[in-house]
Amino acid sequence: MNLDLRRTETTPRIAARAGRVMRIAGLHLALPLAVAAIAFSTTSQAQAKEPGVRVSKGAFEAKITYCEDCHGISAQGFRGYYAIPRLAGQQPQYLRNQLRAFVEHNRPNPIMSNVAHVLRPAMIAAITRYLHRLNPRPYGGGPKRLVAAGRRIFQNGVPQANVAACAACHGPRATGHGEIPRLAGQLYWYVVRELTNWPKERGQNPALPDTSIIMKPVAHSLNRSQIKAVAAYVSYLR
Amino acid sequence: MSAICDRALRRLVKSQSVKAQIMKQLQLGIAILVVISFAAPASAGELGNVNTRNCTWCHGASAQGYAPAPRLAGQRRQYIENQLWRFIERRRDNPFSKLYMWHAAANVSSQAVRYLADYFSTLHPKAADDGNKQLVAKGRTIFQDGVPSSNIVACAACHGPQAQGIRQIPRLGGLAYSYLRRRLWQWHVGYDRSAGHPMPDVTSRLSAKQIAALASYLSFIKE
Repeated sequence: MNLDLRRTETTPRIAARAGRVMRIAGLHLALPLAVAAIAFSTTSQAQAKEPGVRVSKGAFEAKITYCEDCHGISAQGFRGYYAIPRLAGQQPQYLRNQLRAFVEHNRPNPIMSNVAHVLRPAMIAAITRYLHRLNPRPYGGGPKRLVAAGRRIFQNGVPQANVAACAACHGPRATGHGEIPRLAGQLYWYVVRELTNWPKERGQNPALPDTSIIMKPVAHSLNRSQIKAVAAYVSYLR
Repeated sequence: MSAICDRALRRLVKSQSVKAQIMKQLQLGIAILVVISFAAPASAGELGNVNTRNCTWCHGASAQGYAPAPRLAGQRRQYIENQLWRFIERRRDNPFSKLYMWHAAANVSSQAVRYLADYFSTLHPKAADDGNKQLVAKGRTIFQDGVPSSNIVACAACHGPQAQGIRQIPRLGGLAYSYLRRRLWQWHVGYDRSAGHPMPDVTSRLSAKQIAALASYLSFIKE
């Protein structure tokens, strides 16, 4: 794939950094250093753009409450007029990428574009860290009779339609990793909408391609009932 | 009632100075009638036999609202049901709910709750059109976009782009300016905190001017 992924934070970049550290240091030093490298890269990124800017406790708490006004009282998601996704437990790197996608109109969403515009990097770092640690019960409400069929698709894919197992990338417990989002406990209606509208809702700015292109053929190959089944399955995962 | 009116009219002819007293008696008469009609059990034996007259007395004959009672016509069925239960169980604690609806809903059966919600949600709503036109643009901006820098959310995310509401989330478009402003202000000052919904928090950061702007914008929205 001829993609300029420099704009999207990617796991390989961090892995490469860790790899360099591993080659320099001995194997017994590698793991702690790799962890330190990841931690350092995150903090330096947040502070590099705005040196000296820190988020006050009051400003942080007000912003979190503001997120939860729409995304649910424990960020477990909420079904308003639109399905508003669960943020609790979500991967910080995925959240950062999506906030950027709203600003850059890769995800055209007037409400979230306005929301993301006023967030400073230090605030984004603080709220994504906080949201990642939340673990409320799933919002629920999806059709339970579809869960079994959804589990099969999630774990085995749909070989005849050339769809890989979701678990291969999103993890066996759908917790996601790095830029790959957590799906466990995600709102049923939100997953259905995203998979149905993928080519219209993601990667909409041709000048700034992002990793959403990876899911495009998958979303295209799943039919309506398969989308509903897999959405129902992940919506009940804890 | 007619006896009270007759007597009142006769006394009105006699002297203008007792006008205030007559008004007081008339109000008392109306108040007694209201209490009687509320106290009478809603004749809810069978579905379809529920008396909506007790509701229309305040909410208007076609349920389009009559100050201070809000319009019920076209409101979301699930929202009406939820609110009736919150009146019956005395959980919705703003002043007019306590004063009127706690008593009005006290004898409404669960069957009647369903019937009333079905009935009013199917009536066609008319816009009140009674807000301040100069505040409409400002209200529209808050409703559609929120004020992200002040942590004020976009109302449209939950209430819908036309404020039409959905399921348990109420329709706001075309409700009366005074009702909308009062409700937003009541949440802002701390009523109805137990509801488990975000409105107390959402309104806590709205100024009086922003509340007036939102209420004005919404009052003009047609279905």
